[in-house]
Amino acid sequence: MTTKPTPRVIPDRLTSPLSRALRSWEALLFAVAVAVFIANSFASPYFLNAWNLSDATFNFTEKAMIAFAMALLIIAGEIDLSVASIIALASTVMGLVMTAGFGTPEIVLAGLATGLACGALNGFFVARLGLPSIVVTIGTMSLFRGISYIVLGDQAFTGYPKDFAYFGQGYVWWVFSFELVLFAVLAIGFYILLHRTNFGRAVYAIGNNPTAALFSGIRVERVRFILFLLTGLMSGIAAVCLTSRLGSTRPSIATGMELEVVTMVVLGGVSILGGSGSIPGVVLAAIIMGLVTFGFGLLNVPGIVMSIFLGLLLIGTIALPRLAKGLRRG
Amino acid sequence: MTSFLKSREALLALAILVLLAMIASRFPAFVEPASLANVFNDTAPLMILALGQMVVILTKCIDLSVAANLALSGMVAALLNGMGVPLPLILLIVLALGAALGAVNGLLVWKVGIPSIVVTLGTMTIFRGIIFLMTDGAWVNAHQMSDEFKALPRHVILGLPVMAWVAVVVIALFAVFLTRTPLGRSFYAVGGNPHAAVYTGLDVGRTQAIAFVISGTLAALTGYLWVARYAVAYVDIAGGFELDVVAACVIGGIAIAGGAGTVGGAVLGALFLGVIKNALPVVGISPFWQLAISGSAIILAVAFNARQGRKAGRIILKSAEAGA
Repeated sequence: MTTKPTPRVIPDRLTSPLSRALRSWEALLFAVAVAVFIANSFASPYFLNAWNLSDATFNFTEKAMIAFAMALLIIAGEIDLSVASIIALASTVMGLVMTAGFGTPEIVLAGLATGLACGALNGFFVARLGLPSIVVTIGTMSLFRGISYIVLGDQAFTGYPKDFAYFGQGYVWWVFSFELVLFAVLAIGFYILLHRTNFGRAVYAIGNNPTAALFSGIRVERVRFILFLLTGLMSGIAAVCLTSRLGSTRPSIATGMELEVVTMVVLGGVSILGGSGSIPGVVLAAIIMGLVTFGFGLLNVPGIVMSIFLGLLLIGTIALPRLAKGLRRG
Repeated sequence: MTSFLKSREALLALAILVLLAMIASRFPAFVEPASLANVFNDTAPLMILALGQMVVILTKCIDLSVAANLALSGMVAALLNGMGVPLPLILLIVLALGAALGAVNGLLVWKVGIPSIVVTLGTMTIFRGIIFLMTDGAWVNAHQMSDEFKALPRHVILGLPVMAWVAVVVIALFAVFLTRTPLGRSFYAVGGNPHAAVYTGLDVGRTQAIAFVISGTLAALTGYLWVARYAVAYVDIAGGFELDVVAACVIGGIAIAGGAGTVGGAVLGALFLGVIKNALPVVGISPFWQLAISGSAIILAVAFNARQGRKAGRIILKSAEAGA
């Protein structure tokens, strides 16, 4: 990272792709992940166990599903703070469908449809009406969770069907849970979407310069709308997994998860100002956050202390590179 | 005069009056002076915080850590009181603490250049976490607070409790501060057009940092009032209150893009939410409706703001700048 102060000298050759890859944010994250893994295995004798590690993945799989879509949204220069509330509303609707006597397929469909509908509402306000996404989603954050509170009050939905438990508690093969496999499939899907398709290039273009993107023929409004739909759908999927894992719905479900999702995305190297970031970075950030949470859990550190760490991590990951750059310049 | 009648403040005042009239038609007791004074007193924390938030939003930033700052400052006030520190000293220490917490936000925004939403999302959890570290999650209850500590916000002068008078004083100070002082005007300048502000000789980052210090100080002031009035302090007091504060600003017509908004708007926005909150139990609607109602109010208000802004033409220049 320390380039020598040699201005106006054109290098003989460009940096090789290998050295560029080694210096990337993703490489740093990978090193951190390995370090956390090693530290954890020294800190607790219970850490290096296939089943314990498999349990640890539940700490990040649901959040990471949303983080993939959120990464695209933030790269495109928008944000969605209502994701945790979408989970609450989707979970409530699933509870209503369950209470009405429907089976697992209908419950899952209801969850996904609610997620899509919430995403469509956010997308309508932001993409169609041109309102700032941060205020709109602060509003829908209250609205969606508010509807859950109206429906449930201080009650809870319990008694989901037995086969519904598979999404949050089932295993596909050995220690690989359904959620973990879904996480991997979605990671590959989003990698292809962002890094290998025209749509992905459009997302970067919009994040870097919406006006230029519009003039180069990108349907900015439509891409933004689709991104909100996608975030809503991912929140719906996460709602299915989380509800299935907990086996119940309360209106306070997933409170504060939007912060963890945004932290995950930013830690993954996505610029909060839009225009840059990658899916591998988000995957690594998800794994790091999961390992840290799990390690703290093994050491009996209370949840709120982890949230301090999360807050420091969020600010630190953005501050450190900037401070380093400032020091080098000065 | 016609421009005043079309203004956001007049519309909001009208909306509040219509709301009160509708409630009064069924429940006349709600609009009796004592009851209205109670609503005003109840809304005092929201009004004070909304004014601090407004200054931050004017400079194109947002402070999501106000409620956590309130809780931390309130807890420190309660703990100091438990140690027998005299009340004036407690107030001084707590206000300094709030200013310092605000300065942390401000410095991260100014010197490190991190977007304010990220900074304050982070400090929001950190501040609440610190309360937990200080107390191990324990509550400070009424019997652990001195009578003097609890009595101040409830002490009635000329028919209004001290808490309401504090809000009145803060409103009056801000009305003068934001319209009649160079620093007050600089918040508008920095938010309205940062580039022009730089050429005018204003330090954008420094002005934003000052805004955060103001917001933090007011949060601490509210923290003491809150803890003393409700006579309890714990990790989660005023949880999620930052959203109500932002909602009050948005409803009051404070442009989230910065540079536009008035003290009257912020106060009326807070009162609008306060009237709804206090009316719900009277009208017999479950308090569980409140979250959804304030969410809808935010969305309606921001949609309304955008429509008004589009008509003015001022925004066209701004979007050209944002695109450049």
